[in-house]
Amino acid sequence: MGVAVARGRAGHLFIYPISFLASAAIALTAGASLLHPPIDAPSAILPIGLPWLEAHFRIDALSAYFLVVVNILAAIVAIFAVGYGRHEEEPHRVLPIYPVFVAGMNLVLLSDDAFSFLVAWEFMSLSSWLLVLATQREPGTSQAAAAYVYLVMAAIGGIALLLAFGVLAGVAGDYSFAAIRTASRGQAATAAAILLTLLGAGSKAGLVPLHAWLPLAHPAAPSHVSALMSGAMTKVALYAILRVLFDLTVGAPGEPSGGAGWWPGLILIFLGGLSAVMGALYALLESDLKKLLAYSTVENVGIVALGLGLALVFRASGLAGLATLALGAALLHAFNHALLKGLLFCGAGAVIEATGERDIERLGGLIRRLPATSACFLIGAAGLSALPPLNGFVSEWLTFQAILGGTQLSLWELKFAVVVAGAVLALAAALAAAVFLRAFGIGFLGRPRSAAAAVAIEGAPSMRVALCLFAALCFLLGAVPLLVLRLADPVSQRLFAQPLALSAGSTWLWLVPFSTGVSSYSGVVLLAALVGLAFVVILAVHHFAGRRLRRGPAWDCGFPDPRPETQYSASSFAQPLRRVFGTSLFRVREHVDMAAPGEMAASRLLVVTRDLAWDWLYRPIAFAVDGLASRLNLLQFLTIRRYLSLMFMALALLLIVVAVLQ
Amino acid sequence: MNGAGLQLLQFLLVLLLAPGLTGLVRKTKARLTGRRGPGLLQPYRDLIRLLRKEAVIAENASWLFRFAPYLTFTALWLAAALIPTFAQRLPLSPIADLIALVALIGLGRFAMALAGLDIGTAFGGIGSSREVMVAALAEPAMLLVIFTLALLLGTTSLPDIAGYLATTNVGLRVSLGLGLVALVIVAIAENARVPVDNPATHLELTMIHEAMILEYSGRHLAMMEAASMVKLLLFVSLIACLFAPWGMALGEPTAASAAIGIAVYIGKLILAGLVLALFETSIAKMRVFRVGEFLATALLLGLLAVVFLFVSKGL
Repeated sequence: MGVAVARGRAGHLFIYPISFLASAAIALTAGASLLHPPIDAPSAILPIGLPWLEAHFRIDALSAYFLVVVNILAAIVAIFAVGYGRHEEEPHRVLPIYPVFVAGMNLVLLSDDAFSFLVAWEFMSLSSWLLVLATQREPGTSQAAAAYVYLVMAAIGGIALLLAFGVLAGVAGDYSFAAIRTASRGQAATAAAILLTLLGAGSKAGLVPLHAWLPLAHPAAPSHVSALMSGAMTKVALYAILRVLFDLTVGAPGEPSGGAGWWPGLILIFLGGLSAVMGALYALLESDLKKLLAYSTVENVGIVALGLGLALVFRASGLAGLATLALGAALLHAFNHALLKGLLFCGAGAVIEATGERDIERLGGLIRRLPATSACFLIGAAGLSALPPLNGFVSEWLTFQAILGGTQLSLWELKFAVVVAGAVLALAAALAAAVFLRAFGIGFLGRPRSAAAAVAIEGAPSMRVALCLFAALCFLLGAVPLLVLRLADPVSQRLFAQPLALSAGSTWLWLVPFSTGVSSYSGVVLLAALVGLAFVVILAVHHFAGRRLRRGPAWDCGFPDPRPETQYSASSFAQPLRRVFGTSLFRVREHVDMAAPGEMAASRLLVVTRDLAWDWLYRPIAFAVDGLASRLNLLQFLTIRRYLSLMFMALALLLIVVAVLQ
Repeated sequence: MNGAGLQLLQFLLVLLLAPGLTGLVRKTKARLTGRRGPGLLQPYRDLIRLLRKEAVIAENASWLFRFAPYLTFTALWLAAALIPTFAQRLPLSPIADLIALVALIGLGRFAMALAGLDIGTAFGGIGSSREVMVAALAEPAMLLVIFTLALLLGTTSLPDIAGYLATTNVGLRVSLGLGLVALVIVAIAENARVPVDNPATHLELTMIHEAMILEYSGRHLAMMEAASMVKLLLFVSLIACLFAPWGMALGEPTAASAAIGIAVYIGKLILAGLVLALFETSIAKMRVFRVGEFLATALLLGLLAVVFLFVSKGL
């Protein structure tokens, strides 16, 4: 039906509103089920799927929380898409697949057995892969390469998850989550399952060094799909990590140390910290607006993973209160990032629609041409730069508080690791501010750097409505974070059997993790104080100093140059930080080709950066796979005699292995 | 003295003293280099003169350019008013602990750096991009100092840190010393002082802060100048509050203890101003790309402070 509708001229007017209604309904239902406790419903068993295994679906607190995250984002993105989809050149390549993608993410969250989980996971992967391909024109374009890398990584991730669930189900082979939870398995099996999950779900979430596909694939899709991939699909991947590491492998309830001890937490802290810093640095060197946002997703997924790792380490050390705090911080950041990234990708979509440009070096001056879009984008940029009083700051602040609680850890290795994680998080936050200052400052401020940017006009009203909704939610959640923490509380009850550790001093007004003598933050009062003071200052200045204003040419030390190329560019803006961090981390080499004095030829600056993840990890693996494949190519041209003898030898070998093992 | 009155007094005190501190530094620097220098009140006169003048802005300046000075000033003024200076307990202090305070300073910087890019001139871009580099290195160093304090005292709430250090004898701690040096380096960088930046120069290749606000004039420039004066006072107050909280009125202040607190606070400001001027005249400005190493020192000292803390606690 979707295909039929999509063929029509006004397909977007049909698909997206329905998608909005469905998402809003799911978000409300899930939110209500979190606030009104009878949540642990038995799983609904549908007679579909494998004959001996029916599909189990169930909503518990954890899945309900992520349902809220995914569907609030999907609902607002659907509003955006009503206007944005109007200009889709080939709507039949997007419209039928879009609802499948959203449904796939919802089904992953709802599944209560490994089989339906994996089927839904693949649904999500493949539909998003089709959406990445949607704007492809001909083979050999960057979209095709992006889609290919994405498909390979999704396949590897899917296999890793398949193996993880295989190990979890064990020899009994009961794939329902309820059975997996109670099954007994050895330490080695648990460890293998956890590592495989980190590989499978971590690659989907975009944790460094498994991130390589993400900045290629997310930006290649249409912008509203990019928003969903970055904002929602990475959260579904984090949900998978949470489900396996915090729920399925912890063993019997009430056992304080959990199944595997603290090492998975340490791995998550390490990967999270690495992703946070590297994601921000990659984003700093990127000038494609959507790629830059995708790298920032890597950074923020890293921050969430770091919070989750802290929660695991604290729980394994018997500090359940701190564990709930770290979990709450991670969940809140996941929520905030979904909203902020939705806002920014939709904003980028609006810019692309208005100008046809994605490179911030060719934008500029948009704050005057697209006032509403620019203002909303600025709010999103400030939010992801962790600036108060917006929402992105609150979750980072809570993560810092959890880190400062790390003094209570008894093992000194862990203690020190947690402090280093704090320093890394601080560095990531500071770099994120640089990233978004650069993205907004070069992309939206200054003078237009291309003809298209100079004549940009605002797009459809529905797009602006969606952007304003996002921005309003970012302010609201920055002022009253308890709105979300209240939803995260049942998750903490479900996973740690105790409420989110916020002291009694925490009200709608105040956020007090431990006690008022330790630390406190109030988004509402801070916002009110800032607005009130700014109001007083502006009134006072205007009253005493007058409001006379004259416009003239820019001063620029007396030598203003009207050509827009004389402005600071994105790459020159990044140059100081590129010199500080890039020389070792990205092997940045700058080649300056200066014309001789008196010559009129233009000077050239060539900056070469290398991606060490590709150099050290992906290329060697790809090379090895290629080499192996060409060696094994021989097997294709054997005689039937040899094939038969090979099969016989394999059979004999397997029998020997079985005989030895038994 | 009731809470609201204290808070109001604090707001006015930091606002009124900030230009004086800048004036003191300038005057002392002039005397140390053998000049007479303008009087202590010159910064006040400058601000009033700028406020009276007509504001001239570039033809293509957006609303952000006009709004940024107010936001920068407000964020820094609010941040300065949250730090205990003469009295320990201020009613607004709990809205932001040390970490949130760092972020609030970041908000002011964000607005200022964006304003530098709004007109689309090369100077604004240079200033913003260098400011961002300084901030990206200074902020983690500052947070490491905060970690040291939080690990030592178990709190990031400013009044509680001040109260604890003022009443308890923590002894001579290596970590605190390293933290102090790191925070001083951060303060020098954040306030665009020598050797990171020269507040008195318009030599384009070396400047950071002045390049960002080059396009401002009139009341907007007054706001930006006032913001950087408040920022200097803020960092001095912060260092005083964290490392020398003696003399401030603890607990519920009376009129007498508040008066003593104010007198001691002004004394601390004068001392800090003299030391800063002495330091600035005795050192040369460094090349911009050495600044990274300078700030990395602060980062390293912050990390060392944490390590020493672990070692001294015997693990």
